[in-house]
Amino acid sequence: MVKLNSSDIAIKVTAVNKSYIVGKKKTPALENINLTIQAGTLFGLIGPDGSGKTSLFRILTSLLLPDSGEIWVDGLNVITEYKKLRKRIGYMPGKFSLYTDLTIKENLDFFASLFGTSFEENYDLIKDLYVQIEPFKDRRAGQLSGGMKQKLALCCALIHRPTILFLDEPTTGVDAVSRKEFWEILQSLKKEGITILVSTPYMDEATLCDQVALIQEGKILDVDTPAQMVNKFTNPIYAIKGANMLQLLRELEKDPSVERIYPFGEHHHLVMKEKDVLPVLPLSVTINKIKPNIEDLFIHLMQHHE
Amino acid sequence: MNKNAIVVNNLSKQFGQFKAVDDISFEVAKGEIFGFLGANGAGKTTAMKMLCGLSMPTSGQASVAGFDVYKENESIKKNIGYMSQKFSLYEDLTVRENIKFYAGIYGIAPQKIKDKTNQLLQQLVLEKEADMLVSQLPLGWKQKLAFSVAIFHEPQIVFLDEPTGGVDPITRREFWNLIYDAAAIGITIFVTTHYMDEAEYCNRVSIMVDGKIEALDSPGNLKKTFNAKSMDEVFLHLARKAKRIE
Amino acid sequence: MQKVWMKFFFIWLEKQKELNSMKQFYHFIVKEFYHIFRDRKTLFILLGMPMVQIIIFGFALTNEVKNTRIVIVNQSTSATAMKLVEKIESSAYFELYSQTKDPSIIDQLFKKGTVKVALIIPHDFAPALIAQNKGQLQIITDATDPNVATALTNYLSVIIQDFQKELNPNNIIPYKMEVDTRMMYNPQLKGAYNFVPGVMAMVLLLVCTMMTALTVVKEKELGNMEILLTSPINPIKIILAKAVPYLLLSIINITTILLLSYFVLDVPINGSLVLLYAESALFIMVSLGLGLLISAGTDSQQSAMFISLIVMFLPTVMFSGFIFPIENMPLPLRIVSNIIPAKWFFIIVKSVMIKGVGIQLVWKETLILFMMMIFFFTMAIKKFKIRLA
Repeated sequence: MVKLNSSDIAIKVTAVNKSYIVGKKKTPALENINLTIQAGTLFGLIGPDGSGKTSLFRILTSLLLPDSGEIWVDGLNVITEYKKLRKRIGYMPGKFSLYTDLTIKENLDFFASLFGTSFEENYDLIKDLYVQIEPFKDRRAGQLSGGMKQKLALCCALIHRPTILFLDEPTTGVDAVSRKEFWEILQSLKKEGITILVSTPYMDEATLCDQVALIQEGKILDVDTPAQMVNKFTNPIYAIKGANMLQLLRELEKDPSVERIYPFGEHHHLVMKEKDVLPVLPLSVTINKIKPNIEDLFIHLMQHHE
Repeated sequence: MNKNAIVVNNLSKQFGQFKAVDDISFEVAKGEIFGFLGANGAGKTTAMKMLCGLSMPTSGQASVAGFDVYKENESIKKNIGYMSQKFSLYEDLTVRENIKFYAGIYGIAPQKIKDKTNQLLQQLVLEKEADMLVSQLPLGWKQKLAFSVAIFHEPQIVFLDEPTGGVDPITRREFWNLIYDAAAIGITIFVTTHYMDEAEYCNRVSIMVDGKIEALDSPGNLKKTFNAKSMDEVFLHLARKAKRIE
Repeated sequence: MQKVWMKFFFIWLEKQKELNSMKQFYHFIVKEFYHIFRDRKTLFILLGMPMVQIIIFGFALTNEVKNTRIVIVNQSTSATAMKLVEKIESSAYFELYSQTKDPSIIDQLFKKGTVKVALIIPHDFAPALIAQNKGQLQIITDATDPNVATALTNYLSVIIQDFQKELNPNNIIPYKMEVDTRMMYNPQLKGAYNFVPGVMAMVLLLVCTMMTALTVVKEKELGNMEILLTSPINPIKIILAKAVPYLLLSIINITTILLLSYFVLDVPINGSLVLLYAESALFIMVSLGLGLLISAGTDSQQSAMFISLIVMFLPTVMFSGFIFPIENMPLPLRIVSNIIPAKWFFIIVKSVMIKGVGIQLVWKETLILFMMMIFFFTMAIKKFKIRLA
């Protein structure tokens, strides 16, 4: 294998496998993962809990060794050059991992010192974030709200100006408003030239990424830009709405021309087997042809894999 | 009998100077699926704890399943089910053991537990996994099982605290199927979620901001009132007004 | 008070930082101090524990014999026997519960637990003593608590021997063997002499081994370790930074123990104070090393605590010699006792503090502790995982 020298590739993962021993059984966590992530992109790893996102993140951040495969991050071999790598990456684990008995400022100073830098040195990078939590800088991290904890955790992960930022499920359990704000912050970080790899179980966040990989049960279902990805969904899809939604769902489930139907917010999404064929619909049902979204595709791919 | 499963009047909970729940009033009808939304720290968890009889209100009245939250919290506990994303089942017990344990807590007769367990396992297609440790089940299955366990004793109301967080899109919908089934047999559903599409599946939705209920209506009416295309927009519109950070 | 301490440490640490520019290490130690100072309850327990233990061991759990009730079955009517009874009665150690002629009462009283020791003076005691120079006496003790029984027997024997000497001050009988049971270094058989070094070993172990093991494992449990591992900090620094605060806390604890035992329990400090502190510091390092080693192999605070207790605390109580004398143990256990650091520390402290000897007499034990320290630290650093699994 040739060492990567092309600087525009931030992460290259080739044929990575990882399994854990649960009880006496060997349970695969990741199966034949291949990924190439361009430098400077905001890359989303999208999949439900337990799909292998965290395992992959830990392997990429040198916290875990894969069973097999090759990983280059920022031009460094993750397995052999982990010491160099650890100076360059920023990692925010899924679980809040700062010191709850230290204040905001103390946490920041501590993490800065870990990387041999200081809060002041890279202040410009975290400034926008920091001003939001600054009024509470003497408050202990354990007493902060979820949204603020998350901002602090991001500040700590950025304090040494990493070239690649790994964010493992930063928006899980966070309300819609804070989630939106968080994604805005990520967009501005991207402008600073930092490659960002973010994982999320929220399918609707896919459209906010430059590129996404869908992951389910340790396998990558697809990698593409969000716009390109949904084009792979070829079945005709409709949004339908009626007076009695539950009844509508139960009835159409039985219809042989229907590939599948499932609730989607105020509508049901109706996926048909063939074009230009519609099921018999009760009166007063509104139906519109729609563009599929990532969640539709994910459901589609999940069922195809099974 | 009252047709409402939950009646809340001017309920407040104060921690020192901080009003976690600030004078909320609402009713939940029997068999209703009631979505209880709000930003992190808006006071949802505190309100839910009071309704489950785990925490004493500072002022106001509330009755759950016809029982007063001040005096009859033991009766409340017998008539409700509770499930949260964080705590649900014992990972080191098998599926069957978990069901047996929780059913036993509510004093269900052993023969009934046996019969219902088999019926439940069949319904969830978990017969093969019945003697597997819960830790070996995929997350989505665990959540479905946890919900079934929470309504095993046929409570009048079941409280669900972010039951579908992190669950894959198919299982998430299967989970909601279970919710619909439970509602159909008359169990009242009180659910919190961060998925705004799930808010649409509720009969009515309340949105809490800074300890107060800012909006309460069916998803359709809420969208009309706030002139929004989706519940997401309604939520963002209201929650953005939040002033308090904690 | 606490703030003054904190300031003092931080000024000192700040100096260190300038000296060797180990900023990372400095910040890490500062962080550890924050953890310790902010967990008030634990800090209170850590600093209060030595006081409580000294008081418990010094006063409540002592083996000392004081005003113990005794039954004397006196079947002799001689004046000598009367005098012996008087002698026992007048001692500070025994209180005459009753004097009878019927030996069956002993069993009853023992069973009730009112009396733990009895002395039988047979009817031919006086004639035998005078005629054959061989008076027979019998001491019976309730040996359900063997330590107490042994102590009581010893005390009573001493009194009887004393009495014997008084009886014949000038009349030395050539074929009589006189047994000398002098109690070396602790003539009054004071328990505190044994307990103070024991408590020192125990407190240091608890603070150092258990607390360090817990603080490292806490980082793992709360997920902080994930961030630490993905940062460039050297594992050796993590380990040492975790150890430093507890080293300082332990030195405070030693001071508390020494002050309390000197002023409250009247235990003398006969040897060099500097040597005593140096040896304690060595033992602290051994305990810290062990704690760090335990933390390397465990992932939850619960198991860290459990292992610390099983591996350290119980063997220390059992095998250090401070409660159960090692000389009385069977050979395999005597061999096992050699791997218990506290055994060596116990010997050192007793020698230095109570016998007042210098390093030339305890260098072997010191060397053993030193080797243990090197071993534990090397293993801890070696075993420290640079990855999660």
